[in-house]
Amino acid sequence: MHQIRIHGRGGQGVVTAAELIAIAAFNDGRKSQAFPSFGVERTGAPIEAFARIDDKPIRRREHIYEPDVLIIQDSSLLSSVPVDKGCNKKTMVIINTAKQKTEIKINLPPKNIYVIDATKIALEEIGRNIVNTVILGAFARVTGLVSLESLKKAVLQKFADKPDLADKNIKAVEKAYNL
Amino acid sequence: MKQILEGSQAISQTINNIKPAVISAYPITPQTHIVEDLARLKSDGQADYEYVRAESEFAAASIVLGASAAGARVYTATSSQGLLLMTEVIFNIAGMRLPVVLTCANRGVSAPITIWNDHQDVMTVRDAGWVLLFAEDHQEAVAQHILAYKIAEQAKLPVMVNVDGFVLTHTYEDVAIPTAAEIKKYLPDISPAKGEFLDVDNPASFGTFAAPAYYMEIRQELHNDLSDSKKLINSEYEKLKKTIPEAVKKNEANTKINNGLIEYYGPKNPKTVLIALGSLVGTIKDAVDETGDTGVIKIKCLRPFPEKDILSVLKKAKYAAVIEKAVSLGASVGPIAMEIKAAAQGNIKTKIRSFAVGLGGRDITRSMIKGIIADAKKNGDKIKFVGKLK
Repeated sequence: MHQIRIHGRGGQGVVTAAELIAIAAFNDGRKSQAFPSFGVERTGAPIEAFARIDDKPIRRREHIYEPDVLIIQDSSLLSSVPVDKGCNKKTMVIINTAKQKTEIKINLPPKNIYVIDATKIALEEIGRNIVNTVILGAFARVTGLVSLESLKKAVLQKFADKPDLADKNIKAVEKAYNL
Repeated sequence: MKQILEGSQAISQTINNIKPAVISAYPITPQTHIVEDLARLKSDGQADYEYVRAESEFAAASIVLGASAAGARVYTATSSQGLLLMTEVIFNIAGMRLPVVLTCANRGVSAPITIWNDHQDVMTVRDAGWVLLFAEDHQEAVAQHILAYKIAEQAKLPVMVNVDGFVLTHTYEDVAIPTAAEIKKYLPDISPAKGEFLDVDNPASFGTFAAPAYYMEIRQELHNDLSDSKKLINSEYEKLKKTIPEAVKKNEANTKINNGLIEYYGPKNPKTVLIALGSLVGTIKDAVDETGDTGVIKIKCLRPFPEKDILSVLKKAKYAAVIEKAVSLGASVGPIAMEIKAAAQGNIKTKIRSFAVGLGGRDITRSMIKGIIADAKKNGDKIKFVGKLK
């Protein structure tokens, strides 16, 4: 079982990101689950969402305490929330930041840290600072847990009633994937 | 065909395919996406029902009561404070023998204010005369909604399907939603008999005055019919499995018993048996797989209470733990523990302990469950609150 924990702030599409991971994994023919941490989701408040991927049915409903993959949509959380709680030396972390990974203060081996300036790509491709789909492009690339095709299909499904937005998000996903 | 959906969407799509004629709901917190989706389906022209937006949960329950008395298939959904506000009508619906189906997206109750999951809401109407079903996952929720209408319309009893708020309603997972045509093969159109619904040509009264000479027998009849509906729930569950196999959750490798009322998952001769309801059972199954000598009884139907099914498993175990997301404030044990202890009294020797978990949305982990398995072997007559995260 692969366990993914996403940290971000209310309004950044954290919950949607977890859902897109689950939908993409389902599109790949696997079992998946996504759920939010059920906080009081005010804009700007730190929030978490979770996704699990497996090849057999997923039964447990507990939060993810020992993630295999950590996604941090807002690097300001690194200094305010214990985002690396429960991580081990194999946990991969993907961080949205304009900084180099050597500048990131997180207690994980440098080889497991991936940085992406998702904000820049989001502003260029989507025109808004909504980084969730961008960072998922990087997620698909560095973890291989979901295929690019299934992720793009998931974005189309999720934004089915907003085709313009779907197109822009798909471009952003591809750009991040091909970096 | 499997899809990946939020629990709320899985339920709203199932309800749309069940084809109720009238849906009424109050759209503000504590509501879920279920009625939001049903309102959207209606406004998008993809649904045939009348959707009545009520001014409160009390009104929503009253509207479905009236429509059901007029012979229509009806639906409403609520949670928490919303269910509490419906309470007076909930009792009336059962007393009038109306086949109303309601989804309760279980949440805690105020005060303090909580919007998160537990089972304290449904426990307040436990004795109202409704069939109370509980779903472990999306697929079970889908099947139980279809089953609910069949039971309701045959037994003239209202049915409440309980799904854990957030834990199921806001979670994405794969699920198969039967089509309207498939459901119709199992669940024919509602056709109340002459004199059993409000009809100007055949006048009838509902919920009339009953003097002491009559009231008691009428309540006893409701009690007897509700108790006797266990047979119907089991036989309809089997029929549903045969008619729409993909709608029903498949047995797992360690499932030993699975009928309309309970599932038993675990070893044939368990040392300890855990008893729980709803989505928590998934986490418990993962935890008991790591122990070897422990099994779990999932109560799928709390009313009517399946005491025989429960005791038949429980008697094999030395220890039992009833793990509840509810508490009977001021009582020595939890509400379901009380019933199991009462049923066990003089019949089996299993030592039964009571545990409260997950109140107000506290996460329930496998390590908590393992702690409970260890605690079940210790002495203790009082409910134990287990909520410490490691």
